Amino acid sequence: MSASGLIVARNIVKRYGRKRVLNGVEMCVPQGQVMALLGSNGAGKSTLLRIISGLTKPDRGEVLLGGVSTSKAGHEIRRYIGLVAHAPLLYDNLSAWDNLHFFARLYDIQQPAVRVEAVLRAVDLWTRRNDPVRTYSRGMTQRLAIGRAILHDPPVLLLDEPDTGLDPSSAETLAQLIRMLSSGRRAILLTTHNLERAVAWADSISLLADGKIIWSTATEGLTSEKLRQVMTELEV
Amino acid sequence: MRLNGGALAYLGKVAAVLIKDVRAELRGREIFSTMTAFSVLAVLIFGMAFDLRVPRAEMIAPGVLWVVVLFTGVLGLNRSFGAEVDRGTLPSLLLAPVDRSALYFGKMLANLIFTLATALVILAVMFFIFDLNLFQPYNLVAMLLGVIGYVGVGTLFAALTANSRARETLLPILLLPVMVPVFVSGVALTAGVLDGKAWEDLSQWFGILAAFDAIFIVVAYLLFDLIWEDA
Repeated sequence: MSASGLIVARNIVKRYGRKRVLNGVEMCVPQGQVMALLGSNGAGKSTLLRIISGLTKPDRGEVLLGGVSTSKAGHEIRRYIGLVAHAPLLYDNLSAWDNLHFFARLYDIQQPAVRVEAVLRAVDLWTRRNDPVRTYSRGMTQRLAIGRAILHDPPVLLLDEPDTGLDPSSAETLAQLIRMLSSGRRAILLTTHNLERAVAWADSISLLADGKIIWSTATEGLTSEKLRQVMTELEV
Repeated sequence: MRLNGGALAYLGKVAAVLIKDVRAELRGREIFSTMTAFSVLAVLIFGMAFDLRVPRAEMIAPGVLWVVVLFTGVLGLNRSFGAEVDRGTLPSLLLAPVDRSALYFGKMLANLIFTLATALVILAVMFFIFDLNLFQPYNLVAMLLGVIGYVGVGTLFAALTANSRARETLLPILLLPVMVPVFVSGVALTAGVLDGKAWEDLSQWFGILAAFDAIFIVVAYLLFDLIWEDA
């Protein structure tokens, strides 16, 4: 993986029927950085994350992860990606342990029991590891979803509105997790509607509107009020 | 090379999907209980429907057996990928660095276990309702071969229809016509077993079932990756 531009999107175009959801998106998230992608509902944030993750094929353009085109790489490129989506992507009949152990086997993790224990401790669910996921609160489920996404230690982490529906305490726990995960060799791309969290959690912010990135900035010195003002001016 | 990382790693992933599905079923009791309840009811209804008009149960039992197996199997196949879509877990499978054929074989084996277990229940119920012992070796082999072919194609079609809102109706409409060779061969074999026919008379039907299984499982293996272009 190269030092810069761990996640690169080049001229991404995606249509659903006659609607052009993404219209030439260009973006770059360097290693060790967190980028928050903001935009109104239906702006195409989730679609862009699905395209970067490889779940959806773009009509045009390409995604490079660590310099490797995802369309040309085999299925091994998926090892570089961790995704937290709107749905938790967990089996609610199974326990946290069973869920993570299953994914550990799919990802060929050596000593899966050791890794699963480490992740469950990191997301503070070790004591509830044998309980079915359906008995978890929204915050616990979201922590486990993050645990599933980082289980294989991916350099690219995609978080699609990870703070939705969380109470302030759970959101703070999530913030700590994101801070922990953002240090080092990872690149994190997250979407959120909460401007305060976007400014607090991310190193840079991009606004998605009309299918394009229309504004980007570093969060250093940026306040949520200033960001709200910019978004109002740009009608995002 | 589709067996990236070695055959053992590939089989390990097939086993992981199989174990996950069986474990989820043991915890949720969603598929097997539904299939069993439906199959018992179906045999009972067939038993009542034919009781007054058919002089010998042997005349209708082969047809009843295979109709109930095929119709019951659809219930399980629908949940195979349908449950992944409903729970929102399908992307997590598709994101894994796994040759997608491993997902197919894991799901197929889970469907095979659920359908065979249900078929055994159907045979037991038919023993009481029709007073016929269908637990005979040739019939059991016919059931095994027939169900392998059925879930082999059915798992592929279940994946194809999983994202459709009309999957409950779409799957049987697509699947049952393709199952005609399995149905005809299965009925002929069960009838042959009940009539006490020898291996020489049954072998051609076994050949058809074995050929169907081999052809369609290879086709499903080759096609399975292509249906997830835009999951």
